[in-house]
Amino acid sequence: MKAAAFDYIKAQSVPEVLALMSEHGDDARLMAGGQTLLATLNMRLSEPQLLIDITELTELKGIEIIGEHLWVGALVTHTEIENAALVKKYAPILCAAAPHIAHRAIRNLGTWGGSLVYGDPAAEWPACSIAVNATMVVRGLQGERRILASDFFVDLYTTALAPDEILMGTEIPLANAKQVFSFQELARRHGDYAVAGLAAVAKKTGQVFSDCHFVFFSVATTPVAAVQAQSLVNDQAVNAELIAAAVAAARAEIETMEDITNSAAAKSHLVGVLLERALKKMLAE
Amino acid sequence: MNPKIPIEMIVNGNRVQAEIEPRRHLVDFLREDLGLKGPHLGCEQGACGACTVRVNGQIVRGCLYLAVQANGKVVDTVEGLTAQGALTELQDAFMRRNAMQCGFCSSGMLLAAAELIEQQPQATRAEVREWISGNYCRCTGYHSIVDAIMDILEAQREQTE
Amino acid sequence: MNKPNDLAGLVLDPVTADQRYIGESEPRHSAKRLLEGQGTYVDDLQFPRMGHVVYWRSPVAHMRIIQIHSAAARNLPGVLAVVDGVQMATICKPWVATLSHLAGMKSAPQHALAIERACWQGEPVVAVVAESRAQAEDALQLIEVEWEELPAVVSMLTALDPATPLIHPELGDNLCFTRSLNVGEVDAQFAAADVIAEATFGFGRHTGVTLEPRCQIADYNPGDHRLTVYHSQQAPHMMQDLYCRQFGLAESDVHVICKDVGGSFGIKVHAYPDDFATVGLAILLGRPIKFVADRLESFTSDIHAREHQVKGRIAATKQGDILAFEIDDLTAIGPYSMFPRTSAIEGNQVVNLVGGPYKHQHYRAQLSVVFQNKTPTCQYRGVGHPIACAVTEALVDLAAEKLQMDPLVFRQRNVIPDDAYPCSGASGIKFEILSHEQCLRTIEKMMNYTELRQEQATLRKKGIYRGIGFAALIELTNPSAAFYGVGGARIASQDGATARLDPSGVVSIMVGVGEQGQGTEGIYAQIAADAVGVPIADVRIITGDTAVTPYGGGTWASRGAGIGGEAVLLAAQALQENILRLAGAILQRDTAELLVRRSQIIDKATGQAVLPFSEIGRIGYFRTDTLPNDFKVDLMVTRHYAQRDYPFIFTNGVQASYVEVDLDTGFVTLLKHWAVEDCGRVLNPMLVDEQVRGAIVQGIGGALYEECLYDDSGLLRNGNMADYLVPMANEMPDIEVAHVQTPTASSQLGAKGAGEAGTAGAPAAVMNAINDALMPFKVKVFEQPITSEKILHALGKI
Repeated sequence: MKAAAFDYIKAQSVPEVLALMSEHGDDARLMAGGQTLLATLNMRLSEPQLLIDITELTELKGIEIIGEHLWVGALVTHTEIENAALVKKYAPILCAAAPHIAHRAIRNLGTWGGSLVYGDPAAEWPACSIAVNATMVVRGLQGERRILASDFFVDLYTTALAPDEILMGTEIPLANAKQVFSFQELARRHGDYAVAGLAAVAKKTGQVFSDCHFVFFSVATTPVAAVQAQSLVNDQAVNAELIAAAVAAARAEIETMEDITNSAAAKSHLVGVLLERALKKMLAE
Repeated sequence: MNPKIPIEMIVNGNRVQAEIEPRRHLVDFLREDLGLKGPHLGCEQGACGACTVRVNGQIVRGCLYLAVQANGKVVDTVEGLTAQGALTELQDAFMRRNAMQCGFCSSGMLLAAAELIEQQPQATRAEVREWISGNYCRCTGYHSIVDAIMDILEAQREQTE
Repeated sequence: MNKPNDLAGLVLDPVTADQRYIGESEPRHSAKRLLEGQGTYVDDLQFPRMGHVVYWRSPVAHMRIIQIHSAAARNLPGVLAVVDGVQMATICKPWVATLSHLAGMKSAPQHALAIERACWQGEPVVAVVAESRAQAEDALQLIEVEWEELPAVVSMLTALDPATPLIHPELGDNLCFTRSLNVGEVDAQFAAADVIAEATFGFGRHTGVTLEPRCQIADYNPGDHRLTVYHSQQAPHMMQDLYCRQFGLAESDVHVICKDVGGSFGIKVHAYPDDFATVGLAILLGRPIKFVADRLESFTSDIHAREHQVKGRIAATKQGDILAFEIDDLTAIGPYSMFPRTSAIEGNQVVNLVGGPYKHQHYRAQLSVVFQNKTPTCQYRGVGHPIACAVTEALVDLAAEKLQMDPLVFRQRNVIPDDAYPCSGASGIKFEILSHEQCLRTIEKMMNYTELRQEQATLRKKGIYRGIGFAALIELTNPSAAFYGVGGARIASQDGATARLDPSGVVSIMVGVGEQGQGTEGIYAQIAADAVGVPIADVRIITGDTAVTPYGGGTWASRGAGIGGEAVLLAAQALQENILRLAGAILQRDTAELLVRRSQIIDKATGQAVLPFSEIGRIGYFRTDTLPNDFKVDLMVTRHYAQRDYPFIFTNGVQASYVEVDLDTGFVTLLKHWAVEDCGRVLNPMLVDEQVRGAIVQGIGGALYEECLYDDSGLLRNGNMADYLVPMANEMPDIEVAHVQTPTASSQLGAKGAGEAGTAGAPAAVMNAINDALMPFKVKVFEQPITSEKILHALGKI
């Protein structure tokens, strides 16, 4: 279908964007890559009056080391992440996840920030951002604040971003040599929203994992960390029994949500399968 | 309200100027205003890939890209790339392998294949399949398309040895 | 008895002298433009004053339409008209889609735009026409329809229960068609059998998803009352007939043109209410009207297909001979049978085709086709074959398992032998000549079956579960008038071709069968080039135009090669004869001394070229004064061909699928697929390979991915490209194809059809492979699409 009519403005600065957001409120939408927004508009599921194109905002771009963090700007595209040497070194799980996001043509335009702010529980980046312990840097008329990724995803398509705030980018603690990870995604077709997925990151010394993040996506209304399973595994020597216990804990603690062809029971089952595979893989590294 | 916005871009090597409604996506602009027939609409949801065009050297879904966003950019469709000779080897390979039947997906498929050949010259058969998974073809079953792309990759790899 | 030739080194006798192209993998020269963005699809056409129509479609499964408010819509800029069903009915008759040879079939009258009731989600009710599609969609949002929701029939299992409301009370029940077939002594055979196996099979409703959606431009000239329709369609003459009758126009005043079609597969061979509505708007408004179905509306308005539940059983002796099959097929269509080919054909074919490859004599079948308030269903690639083959081949595997016989060996023992023809199948279908045994031998070699079984066994010990599944199949092609004509439908099973030598010596061929990507124009060029005697570069093929081509049937039931091709051959041969006669007259020589070869007339005795075709053309058209007075020049000839030897010319084949099932996730990986197909003389091996591959992938779609999912109130839940899953490249296997050639004697060409067999066998092969993989766990999955959910459930993991 054709989108309903709207006005369009290409913003030149963050203050301009914030002013426009304040003026138009819910009648305006920010457009970064537009890969989700324009599909929504094409189906007339949403009819904003104004599109604010933020792709010119240089402050939201770039992948660079700033202090002890890897900065990934909100406007960085999925393809840029896929190809970035800095990401491969300092947040490698993102490079592993990127090829699973839709398809190349979409990755060329779709953005890190756009995916994070949309808050689709089936998307890869929200779960990955929690797994790498990212901090979202957001700015509003009141100024700038930081929100931990683990606090950012509040509900289905709902983040902690206030209506007058814009995501500038994320600060990701640099992965060190001891980091192991496993990105698992089960999808019926490559590039689809997952049936179930897992972004698992841990620090590994010998057989002992610490600082574990086991973040599942596409199983609930938000990405969800298996907190009990993480606690069970943290600072323990990982062996078959521990893996089994972690799997049981993850299955028990996560309240799964069915989708159009997969029951909640199937999702719970797959939570366990993915965690087992991830732990075995990370152990073998 | 929705005033029309003046835009200027290079399409298939030609400078184009227009004033258009912001809501019009790039493919509608190319097809309806410029009379180009290469890119097609199959879903307007970004799922089928029939609308794939090239903007500033990379493939995008033309249905998920507004014409106003193309302001100041370089747009190439299959017609322009054909005229440039940029797709000749791929097109010949598609002909030899009958990698097209109804032809509706071909424009998008060729553009996706061209970017693969450029970006992943070492791609394996499995990687080719993964890459073209963003382009729906109902007619061929994909096998012959993969064959055609592999023909080009292998010929290229042989040359550089 | 006729006996087919064995494969090794088989080269069929040529059809023509100097045969260069028939049988070769000639590329489709006329398709190159499609790779260059130079196709002409309906949406590429623009006409002055053209309006765009969008349809207000019922958002619910069943409603009584109370009132339509359109004033606000009409006032929007660019809006040209808003038309409802009452207005449309003043110029367009309703129709009833039944065929008289399907005894007892019933359906209710249907209008182009619904009038009192809308009976499925997606039924068109109001037409909004504007200068642009976007404006029409803007106006669409302002259309207000007052309605009363009515109870909907959404379950086929309860459609015939007394408590279920009747969709059309005047019909008496929700039964569209029923049929019973009882051949031999089925009960006695089951009573005497050593082994009986039974199962219930489910097939999910799914749809075609042509990449180019349905579309047309209708243009009515009020000055001469001529209607021209540019239509993305498979059967232009059929649409010409329907438009003239539904609108009361003279047949010769209706002109249907099919240019490039972006995929059809049967979806575009039916006559949709919005087709008639769009034409009606062109007549009412006196301007061209373009309709292009949006993808979202395609999901609820394109025909659906293949919603069946089949109970089946098989009886066999302990030696391994199949004694009997029995099925009970319940299938659910929409609230109306689809026009004009009817929605009972699919189920009817299931009854005809179950057990097809095998030599048993006893068969019983029961069919019930019931109405529902869901999108209407009709013929979609394969039409009943995928169902019949899946049921048959799964029962065959169950019997083989009980007998502890290898499934390939069991099939080899039970297929109709290659020297048994002509003969009939148990359901009464007539076989001219098939090659099941040869195909089974061929596939065994192709797939290295013994090694594959060993690989399977070795991997099982390591906890990797792979499966091998077979599907032997028959497929009807080259139909006679037994298919539709006998039922009163004005659908041609004959076809025609005109061959013309143009003045410069090139050849033009006009054919009633068209091109939707399968390569018909390619093979017609091959046939014409060989049969007239010119290089293929000198042949032009013109199809898809009712004013230009002979009257024909278009594309359906895999008739393009066998029927259209034969008409081309006959016309081309006749043209060559006439060229030779004219050459004799020009040269003042006996034609017995001359022959045609590659655009030249050749002196037989010396082998010298004595007259080029360009001279034939020049003299024949411009210098008739130099010819004898009584000589008639006829450089344009038309020939028609109808297949009249059999109701259908059946083909046969066998497929095999090799899969791996992940027991933890329930995910299936398709490792490889093989197909041996016998479509008689292969006119172009590359094109047949690609038809088989594309058809197989389409079948895989139904087996693993595609389903129209409805909720309890009859609403489609997944009508978009993200949630309705069509096969994409990553998950599809490489597909190896081999050919066996058992020509049909019903034509000179000997070509049978090849377009649908792939779809017929793929779901069976894949389902059998999955169940073979799961064999150690003694579980089976018989509900398609087979999802990870169903596999996990069968394994008891959830």
